Amino acid sequence: MKAVLDLIVGDPQADRAVPHTGITARLTVFATGVMAFLAVLVLALSMTASRVADRWADELAQAATLRLPADADAATIEKALEILRITPGVAAAKALTEAEQQALLDPWLGPNLAMDALPIPQLIEVIADDPPYDPEGLQARFAAELPDAVLDDHARWRAPLLKAANRLRLVTWLVTLLIGAALAAMVVLAAQASLAANVQVIHVLRLVGARDIYIARAFVRRFTLRAALGAALGALAGVIVVQLVPVGDTPGSFLTEIGFQGAGWLWPLVIPLIAAIVAFAATRAAALARLKEQT
Amino acid sequence: MIELENVSCGFGGTPLFSGLSLSLTPGSFHFLTGPSGAGKTTLLRLCYADLRADQGQVRLFDQDASSLGRDGVAMIRRRIGVVHQNCAFLDHLTIAENIALPLTVADRAAEAAGNLPELLAWVGLTAQAGQFPPELSGGERQRAALARAVIMSPDVIIADEPTGNVDWEMSQRLLTLLVELNRMGKAVLIATHDLTMIRTMKAELSARVLRLKDGELVQAGAEL
Repeated sequence: MKAVLDLIVGDPQADRAVPHTGITARLTVFATGVMAFLAVLVLALSMTASRVADRWADELAQAATLRLPADADAATIEKALEILRITPGVAAAKALTEAEQQALLDPWLGPNLAMDALPIPQLIEVIADDPPYDPEGLQARFAAELPDAVLDDHARWRAPLLKAANRLRLVTWLVTLLIGAALAAMVVLAAQASLAANVQVIHVLRLVGARDIYIARAFVRRFTLRAALGAALGALAGVIVVQLVPVGDTPGSFLTEIGFQGAGWLWPLVIPLIAAIVAFAATRAAALARLKEQT
Repeated sequence: MIELENVSCGFGGTPLFSGLSLSLTPGSFHFLTGPSGAGKTTLLRLCYADLRADQGQVRLFDQDASSLGRDGVAMIRRRIGVVHQNCAFLDHLTIAENIALPLTVADRAAEAAGNLPELLAWVGLTAQAGQFPPELSGGERQRAALARAVIMSPDVIIADEPTGNVDWEMSQRLLTLLVELNRMGKAVLIATHDLTMIRTMKAELSARVLRLKDGELVQAGAEL
């Protein structure tokens, strides 16, 4: 903690020993700000994708459909409902009415569909309880008692969705890491440029007895604070932009849910800290290596 | 404190001097003279570990200079005050900050508050404390360089042409300051072309005058 305070407060005398280089300072703040801005957007997209995918997966996992042949009579439907009612882990089961089934088909076949003209299967919506039913056991029971009934637990929809969400999460973390690496590279370049521009100053400091760590400290402190400032401004801009994305009233819609929620809000706050840590480590390593070369 | 034994040094394969020996002991006063290009500044740089000898041994405060790491060199330089020919100031710092720089880099900046006013008064630069190096005259810069050289209370003072850019009166004033330091027990080594100054000071001090010429260091005698 003391080291952090020393870094922030610094030694005004020591800080003045190395002159400020305006353009390098401004570019460091700007570039770090852009990186943080992009990081916030990428993280917002990542978290939104995860959230929406999780919700879709949950919804699909909760609901299943039992499909009976089109010619299933009322007794068959009632038998199926009875089996579902007594199955542990089934919260509710409901046979869809003709109107509800037609509503499901509307988007594909239009509103004027003559239901009687098509052999449309009878659907029963099954809502899982917590803990849920055993789909394989239920399937086996229907196979024994109602062989024409088919239980669709949506696993074939859910698996690729979860896979895609996991891939998206992986890609966004990779992008975030790349942003961090680019930030480190940029800070190293800026620090190298600053060290090169101050060769004479470094020479004089050495003549009067400055150790490498003292000289490096002046550069490290400066670049760490610049990176933290740039990242804070960039993260703030990123949060504002994310907040400006229109919010829709369609639950589960990806584009209308972009943003942070709950603990996710910590990420924009953590980004300047991470940027400062990256800048500290990168500048320190670069400065000490450069000073070693300049012996 | 500083011992050079059979030291050779040169640049680009051309030796400036070889087999050179020199010893600076507490309270000693040496003038180093010789023609331009003879290697006076090179010899001084060996004495404060700014150069490494090609051959021979340089011992600084009982340490072999060739085995010193960068931190070791830094610690040695805190015990040697150097007045550089070009003063080697940081132009973005005030004169007071430049003079206090050795304390600052040694993380002893707080001590400057006590020493600095007295030191500025000693070299007659109290009024110029807040000015920047380019705003000072040559003599003022040399005095400031001397103040910086002594602020750490070093054991050895090395001065490279400290009177090169100043008039007679100022050179006498600077030399008087160096003599005062010598009387406080500091070893002093001054490289200079100014034979008149050497003759004047030699009469007042038990100073040794060394002449570096054609790669050899000899004690100057009656010709002075």
